[in-house]
Amino acid sequence: MADTIWVYAEISDDKITTTSLEMLAKASEVGKAEAILLGPAPEDAVQTLAKHGASKIYRCADAVYRDYLTLPAADTVAGLLQKHNPAAMLFASSYSGRDIVANLCARLDCGAITDVGDFELKDGGVEATIPALGASYQNTSTLLNQGTKLLVVRPKSFEPKINDQPLAVEEVPAVSSEDLRKVHMKERVVVKREGPSLEGAKIVVSGGRGLKGEEQFAILKELADVLGGAVGASRAAVDAGWVPYAMQIGQTGKTVKPDVYFAVGISGAVQHLSGMKTSKYIITINKDAEAPIFQYSDFGIVGDLFKVVPQLIEELKKRRGA
Amino acid sequence: MIPASSVTIEIDSNTKRIQRKGVTHELDPAAASAVEEGLRLTEKHGGTVTLITMGISDVTIGIRNALAMGATSAVHILDDALAGSDTLATAKVLAAAIKKQEFDLVICATESSDSYSGIVPGQIAYFLGVPPMTFAKEITVDGNKITIKRQSEAGYDVVEATLPALVACSSGINEPRYPQLKGIMAAKKKEIKVYSAADLGFAPDQVGEKGAREKVLTVGRPAKRQAGKAVADEGEGGKQIADFLAEIKVI
Repeated sequence: MADTIWVYAEISDDKITTTSLEMLAKASEVGKAEAILLGPAPEDAVQTLAKHGASKIYRCADAVYRDYLTLPAADTVAGLLQKHNPAAMLFASSYSGRDIVANLCARLDCGAITDVGDFELKDGGVEATIPALGASYQNTSTLLNQGTKLLVVRPKSFEPKINDQPLAVEEVPAVSSEDLRKVHMKERVVVKREGPSLEGAKIVVSGGRGLKGEEQFAILKELADVLGGAVGASRAAVDAGWVPYAMQIGQTGKTVKPDVYFAVGISGAVQHLSGMKTSKYIITINKDAEAPIFQYSDFGIVGDLFKVVPQLIEELKKRRGA
Repeated sequence: MIPASSVTIEIDSNTKRIQRKGVTHELDPAAASAVEEGLRLTEKHGGTVTLITMGISDVTIGIRNALAMGATSAVHILDDALAGSDTLATAKVLAAAIKKQEFDLVICATESSDSYSGIVPGQIAYFLGVPPMTFAKEITVDGNKITIKRQSEAGYDVVEATLPALVACSSGINEPRYPQLKGIMAAKKKEIKVYSAADLGFAPDQVGEKGAREKVLTVGRPAKRQAGKAVADEGEGGKQIADFLAEIKVI
């Protein structure tokens, strides 16, 4: 019998997250994939999971999982893990994914491997590949504890695949203990954005310290608009308060893997590289020829971004018109 | 109370751990933000800030740094047996040290800037039996009610709990203050309590590498991406990028 691998499925923007589907693709490749989906979700959510490889879905639609963070979900997952004992369980390296894993480790007295980029099952154990220290190292790790191996997976590590499974849903009871209702999610605030999301964009234009201020991000927005892309930023630009955290790409921000990544005025600290270095093409504009980012670029211009970017925008408009 | 940590960059190929000894340690910028948040809250509501950290003797500089910022006192968990502890052991040890203090709120950085697991705060909260409030970009305390703005994929969530609680704050929650001379002088007189693993009730095989559930098998450098062409802008840089985009068929 194939090893069973569970995936903790998440909902964001009213649909199953792409990372959930990426993990299902990998889980079905390694063994028999099953998913857990807790809390209110759109009607087709379970179908989406089955279509992407989940041969079984443990489901509870109770609002407690949406309105109270971490504790109810961890309690339910812990119960299911102890009952079914799958070989491994995958969580996205997302806000709730990491929180639930933290609680599970403590509760079940087990380890977890975080920031997993790939893994395989070996002799009843797991061997995971981790790009450590901002991907300047590539390590492999294993877990010595008995029971299910918990892995926290980096987004964009795998490609989602259509892998139709017959719909098999097992309803699980909602938690009832008041003790689990401690972290109350009172309001969900959606910060409006225009254009494609950073995670989904085929072209990402990112700015760093070299932009020198908030207003200058406008030229990156213009370049992104011309190319139908999204604007990102390095931690330096976010910490300086020029752009919101939601735009941060890197170890402590988002991971992106677009067809083309523009690093504009970004030096290429490991913190940033880990969030974008698997992009298909990297184009760099930086005035410092020694900036580490050039080591990762497919094409780079050493020059003043305030001259190069406007010329590029103009050129793109001209060629489009032609 | 903050598990401060260090900023280092090399992994030792023998121990497969981050090279810590003999490396200058400073207060992790993420932990400095946590200290700052603690100071701001106590300035507003009263109370004291105790810094808690686990690390080798070299981290004393970082502890002094936090005390110079204004923390009242510090707890240093110092024991060679702790080297190689995984996240769970780290959380157990920190939680045991925190339990020896009186507290209303534990503030941590979301993750250290070296190991980056991001799961230690949630584990500490479990062992303390307090609500875990993570990824906070703003903290408000009103009586025994604590509210945070928690980062989310789509924006942020407003999350509420009752004290005592644990908050893990995200990077950029504030701009940590620089220690002033007066603070630096005062820090020299402040108390640093030192605990060993045994003081906190742990046997040597429960912590450190012996107690670790995660085992690093190999440490390697990934295949380096082949650096492409880089040219100096001589007035045609923008056009050259457009040419490159045409070459890779993006336009």
